[in-house]
Amino acid sequence: MSVTLLILIILGAVTAAYVAGLARVRAVSGGNARVLHSRPSYYGTYVALVVALAAFSVMAVWLIAQGPVIMGHITDLLPADVRNGDPSMRELALAQVVNVAQSGSAFGAEPYAVKLAATYNSMLASSRLYMTIAVLLAALVAFALAYRQVRPQARARNWVEAVVKALLIICSSIAVLTTVGIVLSMLFQTIHFFSLVPPENFFFGLVWDPRFAAAGSGGETGQFGLIPVLWGTVFITILAMMVSVPVGLMSAIYLAEYAGPRFRGIAKPILEILAGIPTVVYGFFALITVGPFLRDGGALIGLDIDARSALTAGLVMGIMIIPFVSSLSDDVINAVPQSLRDGSYGLGATKSETIRRVILPAALPGIVGSIILAVSRAVGETMIVVMAAGVAANLTANPFQAVTTVTVKIVSQLTGDQEFTSPQTLVAFALGMTLFVITLILNVYALHIVRKYREQYD
Amino acid sequence: MTDTGKTPYFLSERAQKLVRKRYAAERRFRFYGLAMIILALAFLAVLFYTIISQGISGFVVTNIRLPVTFTAEALGVEPGATAEDLKGVSGFKYTKLARRSLNDYLGIPKGDTEDERLSRGLLSNGVDVQLRKILVNDPTLLGSTVEVWLLAHGSVDPFVKGQISRDLPENRRLINDQQMAWLEKLEHDGRVDLRFNSNLFTEGASADPELAGVGVALLGSFFMMVLVVLLALPLGVGAALYLEEFAPKNRFTDLVEVNINNLAAVPSIVFGILGLAVFINYAHLPRSAPIVGGLVLTLMTLPTVIIATRAAIRAVPPSIKEAALGVGASKMQAVFHHVLPLAMPGILTGLIIGLAQAMGETAPLIMVGMVAAVFDFPGSPMDPATALPVQIYIWSGLPERGFVALTSAAIMILLAFLLTMNATAVILRKRFERRW
Repeated sequence: MSVTLLILIILGAVTAAYVAGLARVRAVSGGNARVLHSRPSYYGTYVALVVALAAFSVMAVWLIAQGPVIMGHITDLLPADVRNGDPSMRELALAQVVNVAQSGSAFGAEPYAVKLAATYNSMLASSRLYMTIAVLLAALVAFALAYRQVRPQARARNWVEAVVKALLIICSSIAVLTTVGIVLSMLFQTIHFFSLVPPENFFFGLVWDPRFAAAGSGGETGQFGLIPVLWGTVFITILAMMVSVPVGLMSAIYLAEYAGPRFRGIAKPILEILAGIPTVVYGFFALITVGPFLRDGGALIGLDIDARSALTAGLVMGIMIIPFVSSLSDDVINAVPQSLRDGSYGLGATKSETIRRVILPAALPGIVGSIILAVSRAVGETMIVVMAAGVAANLTANPFQAVTTVTVKIVSQLTGDQEFTSPQTLVAFALGMTLFVITLILNVYALHIVRKYREQYD
Repeated sequence: MTDTGKTPYFLSERAQKLVRKRYAAERRFRFYGLAMIILALAFLAVLFYTIISQGISGFVVTNIRLPVTFTAEALGVEPGATAEDLKGVSGFKYTKLARRSLNDYLGIPKGDTEDERLSRGLLSNGVDVQLRKILVNDPTLLGSTVEVWLLAHGSVDPFVKGQISRDLPENRRLINDQQMAWLEKLEHDGRVDLRFNSNLFTEGASADPELAGVGVALLGSFFMMVLVVLLALPLGVGAALYLEEFAPKNRFTDLVEVNINNLAAVPSIVFGILGLAVFINYAHLPRSAPIVGGLVLTLMTLPTVIIATRAAIRAVPPSIKEAALGVGASKMQAVFHHVLPLAMPGILTGLIIGLAQAMGETAPLIMVGMVAAVFDFPGSPMDPATALPVQIYIWSGLPERGFVALTSAAIMILLAFLLTMNATAVILRKRFERRW
């Protein structure tokens, strides 16, 4: 029986439990709602909630546990030499069994894997059957217990509200779980990577040459120097900031200080369209328009610019980031109190002098915060650099050459069929961890600055 | 009045010069500001112009009108065959039929192998499907000659659209002089035309640009968006309700708040790594499936929904909740019966904006393996599919000239979706905006 069908059955049972609970409370109260502690619908909801919780928790536990249990059993059934051999070979053998079981094709598989695949499938089928029985049994027992508790003096509303509140707490802890998931999913693989490649070779290595090894061949290890890859990220970010900070900041100043309400009302939303365009569109724009344009333009004045270059990626990323700088800076400039402006005008300063000498210094922390947030955006940006920056890890300060970035390398190391035991694949997790830590520091710092600044005028 | 012969400082030439200088600086500064806005808008205009000017041609495709004779003999069926019989005829026989009618039209005799081989290059590999569809829809056409619009090959298309110059030397073109001469004869006879490219909306991946489409990608994106709505809305609203209305001020809630703010700024590719490690490697969900993509996008959208919901809940005046509490509602009742319905427009606006972000997201989907070429429509979220932005990424890497137009066309479709979603959000906000 499929999981989807079982879920539908449970949902049907929950509805039935609600109706039964409601009918029961109507019967015991004799139609007089005033003798009840709670409104009748709460009694129905109570019964339904108990049934749903019992059924779904049994199902969740079963689904989580069944994988490891079955895999453990299959491991015991593997031929002795595979079972006691190299752990990575054992995992490969298990993966083969699962693959044969799921695809149903035994093409190129070991004979024992085909046999075990059948065992796997039959175990899975019987596990499903037992799960269905267990879930339905749990639902039935829960229903019986809850149904008996439906009495006029039962505190149904309080119980229901306690359950709902618990659900709300679970919802809000998903955010924490996501962060924990992100950290854990990268941490273990990163530790695994550092057991294969010493951390100092990774963090201080000047050469990036992972030498893609085919799955299973092992042995061949390349050099995993972070520096050239990280330099690419930093370089492109600097170029992007050279575009977006002047354009974004001046736009924000103009919109906040000079523009009339009508111009502002039109220009601001249009600027923000830039932030809503998917990054893959910018990547395509860089690839098809900006790259060739820069290459041909460079050729006209005797510059040798690659079609995929740091300049192309930096320029296009800068365009993408303009609204991040302008929008936040605009808010910050607007938050500067009018009295500061009036004081400056009263001393005879022109508008631009007021902006440069009074408003910008007052708004500086907030502007710096918004720029840091934009930097964090640029560091983590993937599609533009994947499509327009190139893949060669050059340690160069020439913007006309191709460079590569941390995000590009994560994508290139993790796409394709790689096993999760080779350093070639694991390095992506170390890169991801580096990226996560860098952006985390930038974000925390930026939020800290913005918050600290906001307190001054509120 | 004693005239010292000295003009006051502010009227002196020096002071006047300084004032003029300061005013010039003021005008310059103002001009820079305006110039930067115009520059940013110009970037946007160039971007849209590039995409639209190239994308328009992706919505049409070259077709060749040919008189096709559906002979029962060539198809290997009895005269008077039913639709069912005609459906079973192998595609190759239909292809041969199309080639024969082209050769007859161009006066290429049977058995002339070199010319026959060349003339094949004018017709698409998908003509068999077209012919079969026509005949299955109307089996009575068997034995008669019908004028049919057949898809031209992808290498012909850019010449008809004028995207590649016909004056290029023969060795740099995908079609040679003989083929070009045939094409010009067909054009001269009015048998070549650009017609609406319906394959763009109904087909999946293909190596031939004239047969490729975003159909599978659209369905994949649709599955993922449904999943995001079903998961992110209840989870996000639940989290926001708890944090705004019920949470005590303690370390746990502080932790949750910091977390949510940080998650909103975590690079999307990191969510992709999470999806790969947790949903695929640990939970063994299928690779390339919309369910994994949908889960990853849900986690990415969640902070947006939570932040928007909290703002919407905070905008509901406390007096409403207090009135409910005053007439005997429990806190839960006051929140669910009064605060939440009033906050709903704001919540939906936030959800739509989050959906629009998720819809354009590419990098995390690449990480969970949605870059595979998928030819068949997914029947459920567990089947392999791709997504619209990922399809754009795949096509942008293909060398054929036809895919450039297709990529731009797909971008136009994606932007149309995003524009519609954002416009809906704006309208929703305007319409239900309430000042208390």
